[in-house]
Amino acid sequence: MFDSITLGQYYQTDSVLHRLDPRVKLVGTFAYLISLFVVDSLPGYLLAALFLAVMIKLSNVPFRYIVRGMKTILFLLIITVCFNLFLTPGEVIWEFWIFKMTREGLNFAIKMAIRLSLLILGSSIMTLTTTPTQLTDALESLMRPLKKVRVPVHEIAMMMSIALRFIPILMEETDKIMKAQIARGADFESRNLIKKIKSMVPLLVPLFISAFRRANDLAMAMEARCYRGGEGRTKMKPLVYSSKDRVAYLILLLFFAACIAMRILF
Amino acid sequence: MAIKVDDISYLYERDTAMQVRALDHVSVEIPDNQFIGLIGHTGSGKSTFVQTLNGLLKVTEGHIYYNGEDIDGEKFDKKKLRSDVGLVFQYPEHQLFEVDVLSDVCYGPKNLGMSDEEAKKVALEALESVKMPKALYKSSPFDLSGGQKRRAAIAGVLAMKPRMLILDEPTAGLDPRGRDEILGLIAEMKRALNMTIILVSHSMDDVARYVDRIMVMGGGKLLYDDEPVKVFRHVRELEELGLSAPQVTYIMTLLKERGLDVNTDVLNVKDAAAEILAHRRELHV
Amino acid sequence: MIKISKLIHDYIKRDDEGNAAGTVRAIDGVDLQVEPGMFIAVLGHNGSGKSTLAKHLNALLFPTEGEVWVDGLDTREEKNLWEIRREAGMVFQNPDNQIIAQVVEEDVGFGPENIGVPTQEIWKRVEESLKAVGMYEYRKKSPNRLSGGQKQRVSIAGVIAMEPKCIIMDEPTAMLDPNGRKEVIKAAMKLNREKGITVILITHYMEEAINADKIFVMDKGKLAMQGTPKEIFSQVEKMKELNLDVPEVTLLAHELRKGGLDIPADILTKEELADALLGKAQSDPAGGSNGDQS
Repeated sequence: MFDSITLGQYYQTDSVLHRLDPRVKLVGTFAYLISLFVVDSLPGYLLAALFLAVMIKLSNVPFRYIVRGMKTILFLLIITVCFNLFLTPGEVIWEFWIFKMTREGLNFAIKMAIRLSLLILGSSIMTLTTTPTQLTDALESLMRPLKKVRVPVHEIAMMMSIALRFIPILMEETDKIMKAQIARGADFESRNLIKKIKSMVPLLVPLFISAFRRANDLAMAMEARCYRGGEGRTKMKPLVYSSKDRVAYLILLLFFAACIAMRILF
Repeated sequence: MAIKVDDISYLYERDTAMQVRALDHVSVEIPDNQFIGLIGHTGSGKSTFVQTLNGLLKVTEGHIYYNGEDIDGEKFDKKKLRSDVGLVFQYPEHQLFEVDVLSDVCYGPKNLGMSDEEAKKVALEALESVKMPKALYKSSPFDLSGGQKRRAAIAGVLAMKPRMLILDEPTAGLDPRGRDEILGLIAEMKRALNMTIILVSHSMDDVARYVDRIMVMGGGKLLYDDEPVKVFRHVRELEELGLSAPQVTYIMTLLKERGLDVNTDVLNVKDAAAEILAHRRELHV
Repeated sequence: MIKISKLIHDYIKRDDEGNAAGTVRAIDGVDLQVEPGMFIAVLGHNGSGKSTLAKHLNALLFPTEGEVWVDGLDTREEKNLWEIRREAGMVFQNPDNQIIAQVVEEDVGFGPENIGVPTQEIWKRVEESLKAVGMYEYRKKSPNRLSGGQKQRVSIAGVIAMEPKCIIMDEPTAMLDPNGRKEVIKAAMKLNREKGITVILITHYMEEAINADKIFVMDKGKLAMQGTPKEIFSQVEKMKELNLDVPEVTLLAHELRKGGLDIPADILTKEELADALLGKAQSDPAGGSNGDQS
């Protein structure tokens, strides 16, 4: 039942992007997202799209796979576009019943659609080429300065990585409990909203109890293996920048500079 | 009432690279009032098979007839099937959710549209059938011991008045005492309620002494389907499937190999002892 | 290796508001000793106190009264805590709830990371540990894709990567199928024989205890019996009283003795029974010495 969520799930293969330090990819993705708002012209978007195309090529992830993931959020994209299309005030160019399309709206909607698509594609390139573990490691490393202001950086990263590990387990469990309750005559397909919410109780209560039991067990198992927070821990897979990561940072910098130049020129 | 399974197959992840044929052309008939053991190791298809029987999984190929009616037919009432063919999942205590034991057991009957009084009546009967101490009817299901929780969960399915009860690994995770209690309880329910019971297990020792018939599954196929002693004659083949015959079968087989002419078709220690003592003259004791 | 004297452990029972409403005695005056390098099985049904006992050995629980010493370290001393947990590793019942990482090798590395082992050394230990339990080829896999038995072997590897002297296994096979059970017990046996690691296996499956050096039987918080497998299982009536299983072949021997046959009471394998009934087999040199566990 949860099979349809493929958006941005790690795609196992070997490529330059896969081998890049996750911190570079994280910083790069942020830089790219910002650049989408920096450039504000057709040539600018062309540049951003071109950059993305090169990244997709470098990632070795089949384009079809990436697009298939996009399908799930197509709906969201259409809604946003429609909102912008019909709800932006300005010069009316087309009218039907209560819907009024304006020139400004059309302009804005097209821009928004391009921006959103690039944004989603751009960030999914990161998640497609980076395992969740690497991602949390990168986050922990990049947020380290925040430790000085007492943000529990290590704990946050640990929590994220445990959550990621248990999501598939809890999904499987949901499926099992659901089947068991269906066997007891439960009806999860009711269209009536109140009935639907009520029917969730026999699913959610056991699920929460199980989650708490697992959390309890896991805490004990971690303690038994000498876990006592981030203090004094070493790393099995420490993050170390290599020369290709430096090159990647340089390319990013150039791209970003080009975006700013675009903004000034056009 | 009877179930006729006609050449069914079930595919997981159909039409993808990960397609798995969990059931591979299985045909079998399950009559009224029979005690059946369904044996197979993890991944043999036994859990998938029992889920198709009450319509939780829809077969990919083939048909299942319940009292002569195709359960995938358009007019077929699946809800009725699910109440008639009760399915107790592995670790059933994980599905308990109500504030007290009695309300939890009432959940199924209420889903079938019974009034509160009716539901309570059948729930009380079910709790009695599983020998739940009366004092615990109003306690939270989460305060019960492991074995009691499991009995409460079985009562939850029993309260739907099924004609057939399928139990998937009912002894998993229990200690020897809990295991013997549950198995004894199931055997007694069989006698008292005259229903068909299918006991799914990977342990021959658990089922051998209780059931009338054993079905062995492996690789999605039904490999053996016979009375217990006849199935256990295939000791070697069962081993290859990662299963084992009851321990007594091994002992008697070894004695026979060593030249003692005993009948190996025995299922429990008492019969084995009697059989050996009948050959007392041939022993070197 | 382990020395327990006069151990008592009380759980505090709480009422609905969370106030202490009395205590439950889970362990009631246990004395026992385990020599280094032994394979110990602790039998007992649920509620007998065996799991509570296990958690004392890893300093996850502390004595209410009495003492627990692990390799010369007193568990009541707080400064010993981490050293004890490293020396006496623990494997739990539920295979899903003790794997922390999303990749097998990273999970095995978790313990060494916690105790500050240098990176190079972690990799070496992870490789060795995974090889020791036969899971090296699965090192890049997600734990979710493994069978129950494989997950438990990963958990064992995670413990031995910390180079403990002792492994405590708290019903590691209770949730596994027969094949998974055999895999796990085989791995534990191998570590015991080849690396000399002391293994304390808590279980309610008697067949897993047959090959142990020594068995402790717990009942109602007390140590009810202790001895070699032969000494324990030959006491058929007492084991039945405690609701514990005895190998069928031992039961059969017991029945035959009742029927008037003069055979030993401590028969644990079918080969031993055949030898006792029919005389030593001539053509079968291996028979009788190494027992069949199934």
